Parts: sequence; structure tokens; C-alpha cells
Amino acid sequence: MGFLAPFVGLYLLFIIGPALYGLLMSFFDTSLVKPGLSSFAGFGNYAEALQSSDFWSSMWHTIWFTILTTPPLIVLGFVLALLADRVGRGRWFFRLAFFAPFILPSAVMALIWIWIYTPGLGILETALGKIGITSPNWLGDASWAMPSLGIATVWWTLGFNFILYLAGLQDIPTELYEASAIDGAGPWQQIRTITIPLLGRTTTLVAVLQVIASLKVFDQMYIMTAGGPNFSTRSVLEYIYDEGFTNFRVGYASALSMLFFLVVLAVSAVWFMIVRSQESVV
Amino acid sequence: MATSTLDRPASVSKTGVTKHQVDTRTKLFNRICLGVLIAFSILWLLPLAWALDTALKPNAETTKSTWLIDNPTLDAFVRTLQDTDILRWYAASTITSALTALFVVVTASMAAFALSRMTFRWKNWVFWFVLIGIMIPGQVLIVPQFREFNSVGLLNTFWAVILPQVPTAVAVFIFKQFFDGLPRDLDEAATIDGASFWRVYRTIIMPVTRPAVAAVAIFTFVTTWNNLLWPLLVLTNPKLMTIPVGLATVQGSFGIRYADTMASAILGALPLVAVFLLFQRHIVQGIAGTGLKG
Repeated sequence: MGFLAPFVGLYLLFIIGPALYGLLMSFFDTSLVKPGLSSFAGFGNYAEALQSSDFWSSMWHTIWFTILTTPPLIVLGFVLALLADRVGRGRWFFRLAFFAPFILPSAVMALIWIWIYTPGLGILETALGKIGITSPNWLGDASWAMPSLGIATVWWTLGFNFILYLAGLQDIPTELYEASAIDGAGPWQQIRTITIPLLGRTTTLVAVLQVIASLKVFDQMYIMTAGGPNFSTRSVLEYIYDEGFTNFRVGYASALSMLFFLVVLAVSAVWFMIVRSQESVV
Repeated sequence: MATSTLDRPASVSKTGVTKHQVDTRTKLFNRICLGVLIAFSILWLLPLAWALDTALKPNAETTKSTWLIDNPTLDAFVRTLQDTDILRWYAASTITSALTALFVVVTASMAAFALSRMTFRWKNWVFWFVLIGIMIPGQVLIVPQFREFNSVGLLNTFWAVILPQVPTAVAVFIFKQFFDGLPRDLDEAATIDGASFWRVYRTIIMPVTRPAVAAVAIFTFVTTWNNLLWPLLVLTNPKLMTIPVGLATVQGSFGIRYADTMASAILGALPLVAVFLLFQRHIVQGIAGTGLKG
């Protein structure tokens, strides 16, 4: 039992304990600056959250961000890995190019992209101006801020999916391609009939990891737009952060955390069901 | 044409089998593939190159938006090192990330050893109980964890950064899978000879567990290093901040000194770039491993 004690002890203290404490606080009007739980609120915090337009708009921003980033991250990750796998040569270089941004701290990524997006001076505006395209104020315009964060995020995290797909591609036996080539199948046919179907499980995994990661978005908004302009990029986590640590309403913030947890759990459950059905087919 | 690389030991190319009909089509197709791939990788490297380019200019020349550097200088780097607490941030990030990685490897591997090699009551229950942890995103716990550390007076200490990140359920899972894959004969003989579990763990199991240790340690190190939200909450003293928190906090104060901003970004990225170049293989295999588990 001595072997389990260190892990289980820390696990109880810093994961399970806080989780239960958070659940408890979500039923109270707990304040950050007052000791104790304060007065009992019942489901008041939950009711308030579900009726709050701030909650729903932060939820929508998070989903909008997920919609903007997930498809390009999956499609580009797949296509580029496929190309790298076909080309064969120089794979280390492509891996370096696509994966290098992924290891940057979010703050470094954010600083670089704030500079790229700078109105009037940024390289993006200058480059687009040369080919006659007028740039919007990337981070300063409420309708462009989220897509701009999305572009920076795709650049930042694509490498992860690229590696997952590359690994998946290398598990496909070469004989399958050889056999189909003998049957006269061209590259495009091979991709459609062999590669895409056999990568089904990788795609499910990539999609779920991607959706969950996107739901947890915080860093980009916090550093690059501070949730603005006019709260147009405030994500759920940033809303929790604002309510808990700026407005000191930790009871309410705990209720928000629980609702957020339910959403993540639901996504995981859907994934589990898809994997189950894929396994029963294969 | 596709030639074999280190990654693909089988030296058979994917497309070069039937040389007659398919060959020209395939050749052209592969050309296009290479072209697209090179275009995208250049596009992906451009922001990094631009950051470096900007950092090498004097502040006053950064507004011209040109790749040409008239008066290359390292002043921006020097100023960042002198005027910000970045050296302290390096120390804070290194200490917290290294200690977290160490504690995760030790506690998770010990727990996994117990779950894999020992028999005790409630063993399956304990395993499931630990697995629950994988489902709980750390971000959900920031509010109660903050109150917890506040109440014991540990805010603005490295312990506040380290401790909540140590109980990583995924690490237990990874180690358990690895141990389950090791042949029982390896340790059974020693156990029969009366060696204690501790001895078996230390001298027989752990020495052959290097790959799993490397994967878990590197991943924990990198995620701890890059973590922003939690350290941002618990570290408000600029002298104790980690690199991401420090950079996020001072970014506004650079104003229009773009060369300085980019120099601080590059300096902030350097240690991880070194880690990446040193352990590229481990990192890549670790990520690919997640794919195999799914």
C-alpha cells in the first residue's frame, strides 16, 4: 500500500478534494474575499448561469472558436501528413516546420501573432496590401477577432494532428497500396479507398482531442484580445476566470465550472460511443 | 519518387510497383505533393522567421515592415535580459517544470507498479477511481484549488504551481500499460527469492522502464512549462513568475518597441526549442503513442 500512498494522497488532496469542494461551493453564494461558504443558494447559481446572456454568449464564442479551428486542423493535418508520407523524403524537415510552433508557450505564440496582426504596421496587412487586398483590423474588429485567433491557433497546434496522422499512416501496410497499384488504381483512388477508411479511428481520436482542446481555450483570448473587443471573444474559461477572480463570485464560478465539465464529459461520452460502434464494425 | 526513410524500414516504395502504366501519372502527382508540402512548410516557418527578423532590428526600424535589416543588432535581446525579470522566469519555469516531472514520474510509476504487480483488496476499485481523474479537466478545478492554496498560505510559492499538477492520472495509466507488457518472469524470480517490492521496483522494473519514464517526464515538463492559467492565478509576484505568466504580464508594457517584444518572445521560446531538438524522437513517439491507445 505504501506504493499507492504518495499518488493517491496527492490525488485526493488536489483533484478529488477540490472537485467535491467545487461541487459544494456551486450551491452557495461563496465569495473569494470572505472565509467560509456564505449563504446557501440551492440551484440559484445554476439557474442564474442558464439565464445569463453572458454565459450563453461565452458558450457560443467557445463553440464558434471550435467550429472555426477544428475542420481546418483536421483536414490540413490529414492532407499534409498524407503528402509527407507519400513524398517520403525530408520528413524531418516537414515535421520540424509543422511541429515547431506547437512547443511554443502560448504567450510566445500570442506575442508573435499580435505583431503580425498589428494595424498599420503588421506584416500581414503589408503583404495583403501588396496584392491589393485591404485588411480588416484583425484583432480589433469584433467580427474578425475570432477568425484571427483561429488562424493563429491553427498555425500553433497543427503539428500535433500532423504527427498523429503521420503515425496512423505508417501503420497502413504497404502491401495494400501495392496490390491496388497492380489493379491499376491511381493515387487519388488509393487515397479514397484505402487511406481514408483505414484512418477512421485516427480521425475520431484527432477530432475528439481537438474539440476538447478547443473547448478549453483560454490563453489566446486572455493574451491577444483580453476577451474583446466588446467581449466578442470571451470564452467560457475566461468567463469563469472573470466571475471568480475579478468579481470574486467563486460560488457562481464553481457552478459555471460544473456546467463546463458536463459539456466536456458529453463530448467524451459521444467519442466513447463512436469508438464502440467502430470497433463492432471492424 | 518515394524513397525509404529512417521512419519506414521497409524499403518498398508505395507507388513504384507497376512501372508501366501508372508511372507518369504517379510521378506528376508526387511532384505536386512535394510542391504543396514545401509551400505549406514555408508558410508555417514564416511567422518564426519574421519574429527573428524583427528582433534583430533596432526598435525604430521595425515599423517599415520589410525583411531587410539595415542595421542588425542584438540590442533588443540585451535590453530584454537587462530590463525584465526573464532570467528569474527561466529559473522559476525550470524549477517548477523539473520538479513536477520528477514527482509525476516517481508517484505515478509507484502507483502503477502497485496496480500492476501487487494483489490487494479493492484493487480494481482503486484503478477505476484513478481513471476518473483522466475525465476531469484541470481547468474545472481552478476555483476550489485556488481557495485551497489561499487558505494554507501557499500562494506565490512554487509549491502552488507544482502540487496540483503532480497527480496525473494519465501517467499512471501509461506506466501501468508499460508494466503490464513486461514479462512476469522478470520480477517473479526475485520476489520468490524474498526481495522486497521496493527492491523489485527499484532494481528490476524501473531500469527497463526508460522509454515510459522519458515520455512521461518530457511531456510533463513541456506541459508544466507552457501552462498559463493556473500559474497566472497563483503567481502574482513578478520575481516568481514562470515564462508564460511573465511574458503575458509584461507584454503591454513594451508598447511600440516591437523588436524588444519579439526578442522577449524568442528568449521565452529558446529553452523549449532546445528541449524539442534534444528529445524530438521521444516527443513525436509519445504523441504517436496516444494514437495507438485510441
